[in-house]
Amino acid sequence: MTITVSGNKKEKNDGLTLAQLVIDENVETPQYVTASVNEEFVSSSDFEKTVLKDGDNIEFLYFMGGGSYGIY
Amino acid sequence: MIKMNRSDYEKILAHALSELPNEACGLIGGIIEGENKIVKKVYLLTNIDKSNEHFSLDPKEQLAAVKDMRSEGIMPLGNWHSHPESPSRPSEEDKRLAYDSSASYMILSLMDKSAPVLKSFKIHGSEAVTEELIIE
Repeated sequence: MTITVSGNKKEKNDGLTLAQLVIDENVETPQYVTASVNEEFVSSSDFEKTVLKDGDNIEFLYFMGGGSYGIY
Repeated sequence: MIKMNRSDYEKILAHALSELPNEACGLIGGIIEGENKIVKKVYLLTNIDKSNEHFSLDPKEQLAAVKDMRSEGIMPLGNWHSHPESPSRPSEEDKRLAYDSSASYMILSLMDKSAPVLKSFKIHGSEAVTEELIIE
């Protein structure tokens, strides 16, 4: 099947899960990553059960946050 | 070194002032030339925490910004946020949540609203190093 990962088309085996894709793509610090499949956000707790299909468009996004808490 | 044009700086400042008393945040996109980063576009995003001492980027807006960068041929360079009541330096929380040592983390202090201070940092673990920022 052909899927699009972060804007790049890739050939992958049928039945690939989002969790396997994270490994395949060497996604760094996956604990900070959320993903969207066809614009729908998927919680990391659902990566294992999310099976990708031909034509899917996947984006990985890193959580970005912080703030002045604790500074003086 | 990271370079930003004055109009982009003013966009960040205006947005941060408009969001007071809460922290404001966003992304910076641009190009890398050798050792230097050139900011080409700044993104003003929603702080979904609505807090004066914490921020989280809205993931939907973050995704839209990343796609916009891709369409414009630029790349994510880092993010920015404001400290409404404290200096322009990374807090422990900023360091804890800075997972990308190649990113630029800009902090705009509005502690003295008549003299805002924007600085850029590289953060690796608990170490934060000031990155030369040129606004022109």
